[in-house]
Amino acid sequence: MSARDRILAKLRANAPQSPLPVPTSQLDAHYAARKRQESTLDRLARFRTGIESFHADVHVTLEESWPELLARLCAEKGVSSLLYGAATPAGERLDAAAFAAGGTTLRPWAGQVEDIKADLFHKVDAGFTQARGAIAETGTLILWPSPAEPRTLSLVPPIHFVLLDAATIHPTFFDALRAENWAGGLPTNALLISGPSKTADIQQTLAYGAHGPKELIVLVTTREGATQ
Amino acid sequence: MNAPTPHTVHAAQGKPAAGQPIAFVSAEALRERVHAAVNDDHLRSSFRGAMDFLMAKRAAQFPDESELVSLRSLSEAIRQYSLSKLPDLLEQLEANLTRNGVHVHWAETPDEANAIMLDIARRHQAKLIVKGKSMVSEEIEFNHAMEAAGIGALESDMGEYIVQLAGEKPSHIIMPAIHKTKEQIATLFAEKVPGVDYTDNVDALIQIGRQVLREKFEQAEIGLSGVNFAVAETGTLCLVENEGNGRMCTTVPKVHIAITGIEKVVEKLEHVAPLYSILTRSATGQAVSTYFNLISGPRKADEKDGPQEVHLVLLDNGRSQAYADEQLRKTLQCIRCGACMNHCPVYTRIGGHAYGTTYPGPIGKIVSPHMMGLEQTHLLPTLSTLCGACGEVCPVKIPIPELLVRLRGEAQSAPHANPAMVGQGAGYKPLVSFAWRMWARIYAQPGAYKAFSWLASRFRVFSPSRQSGWTVARTPLKPAPKRLRDMVRERH
Ligand code: SF4
Repeated sequence: MSARDRILAKLRANAPQSPLPVPTSQLDAHYAARKRQESTLDRLARFRTGIESFHADVHVTLEESWPELLARLCAEKGVSSLLYGAATPAGERLDAAAFAAGGTTLRPWAGQVEDIKADLFHKVDAGFTQARGAIAETGTLILWPSPAEPRTLSLVPPIHFVLLDAATIHPTFFDALRAENWAGGLPTNALLISGPSKTADIQQTLAYGAHGPKELIVLVTTREGATQ
Repeated sequence: MNAPTPHTVHAAQGKPAAGQPIAFVSAEALRERVHAAVNDDHLRSSFRGAMDFLMAKRAAQFPDESELVSLRSLSEAIRQYSLSKLPDLLEQLEANLTRNGVHVHWAETPDEANAIMLDIARRHQAKLIVKGKSMVSEEIEFNHAMEAAGIGALESDMGEYIVQLAGEKPSHIIMPAIHKTKEQIATLFAEKVPGVDYTDNVDALIQIGRQVLREKFEQAEIGLSGVNFAVAETGTLCLVENEGNGRMCTTVPKVHIAITGIEKVVEKLEHVAPLYSILTRSATGQAVSTYFNLISGPRKADEKDGPQEVHLVLLDNGRSQAYADEQLRKTLQCIRCGACMNHCPVYTRIGGHAYGTTYPGPIGKIVSPHMMGLEQTHLLPTLSTLCGACGEVCPVKIPIPELLVRLRGEAQSAPHANPAMVGQGAGYKPLVSFAWRMWARIYAQPGAYKAFSWLASRFRVFSPSRQSGWTVARTPLKPAPKRLRDMVRERH
């Protein structure tokens, strides 16, 4: 008998005759009792308060003007090389000339990670990705990396720029995964991100930039723009 | 302190630890360790401060009592439901992970688990394994097993890295280096990290760690991680972390190995939402962790990064024993938040190393006996005041005090056939047991009690001046010169 069969046999021999009832109704009741009536802007405000408390920068802008804002932020931060996925709707809107004016070279991701690993670790200053959505309750971004936007884009470069559409902010994590039926099909790696990388492992003193990005900058687009 | 060290330990860059031995210690050594820890003022004040801080942070995360009540009972229900279907869920998890391209392995013992991982490492000719935080890998002494085979295993969680550099073990399951001050870490870095000068600036220290470890993430062939929740319906491994080292270990090297206890499985993805919420809040008082990874498979053909191979090792190591008994099964509800240790008056005073086990504090006292047997651990459940704080804060409502009483009973009762635990009766002493039985008999019979108390008060001068543990810190017990019944009689 293999270890697998022995373990399963031991568990089966002692498992309860009938499993406990599924806790779905309790789950629904818990979240239903805490539902809020709120507008997109209220939700954005809650998201913003949350993620800013985790040391992220948030810029609210209009759908048409975020590429310009991104180029300006890169120039301000002295980003000399910005890595991004070119084959995405957002990636297609980045204009090399606008970035070059601020001293930033746009670098579309090309090839496998093995081909660009050394540059990724040592030469790229910032990565740009899009968020699939966000969570208002905790100030959390939802990222689903894809072939067009690999996982390491949001992990290795010291600055991470993220584009978020305010209309995709969900009240809670539970609401997000229910509303979008995540269980029906997840990517190889999905991520919730709340702020830049941090640690409090030395004498409970909070320090940012432990292993991942040192800065997290969120560009939120709304139809109303920065009206709040 | 002269406690025995069963294993010789070689950390990646460290010598065997000075002071507290870092592998498991015997029951006798445990008494000495506790004694030494209680008398270490520095250790007591640093743990006290750290635990007060964590308790306050947790409390601040639950301003709404009704939400906490509801979330705790929901989390308990989810954990109990999952355990009630454990064998089925494990099979479902295995099937879905396999469908996703993940290799699933099963191990009954630490040795089996290490052999599985060593085999994977050898197949890939790995020289370096970078590790995210994993208490299960501590449980099986993974680093030593790899190093014995000539493979480096480097901890990449800052706290774990510090502890490994010092040749020690974690003293807390969430904050491994909580026992160290920044000055001690500064000295350690200056001594052990080439080219580093002394600095006790925390930001600078973290940047030193970042630099060293980034290089290793880039070089390592294999990344190892733990698992916080394994989702059966989707075949997904969830990982909770703040630093990004978990992401590095599971994303950059070409092979990712995850290891977890068999109890960590839940049925549905939506079951993870409340558990994750109560985990981070109970653990460090954070509303949420910086990163939450949901890993459902290796790099696909059209993807540009991520590991090319993902493995999961499912470890038993005594868990199926806990599972067999309805009361002890509750031990497996644990989501490893560490809140019970933060609130434990004993842990706060002796720190994590004194226990001499991988998992210290209240959770360690209920889980270690299953992993190591009661012969070695029968004193552990006595390291409790039974004040109930651990049970009160546990986010999944494990009745820890009740389990401690049960384990004390298992350790002290006369050995019998079909015990619920390996090592049952390890603390059983026939003479002591006889004395208590006599005591019970005398107290149950008024005539015998009368005669006994008369004799005791008459011959009180013969009561011994040294009374085992009692007189270590107290004056000896002596029967009163007059019995209560005599005093009452004199009054009337
Ligand atoms: S026993 Fe409860 S409080 Fe302790 S670590 Fe486990 S879940 Fe947390």
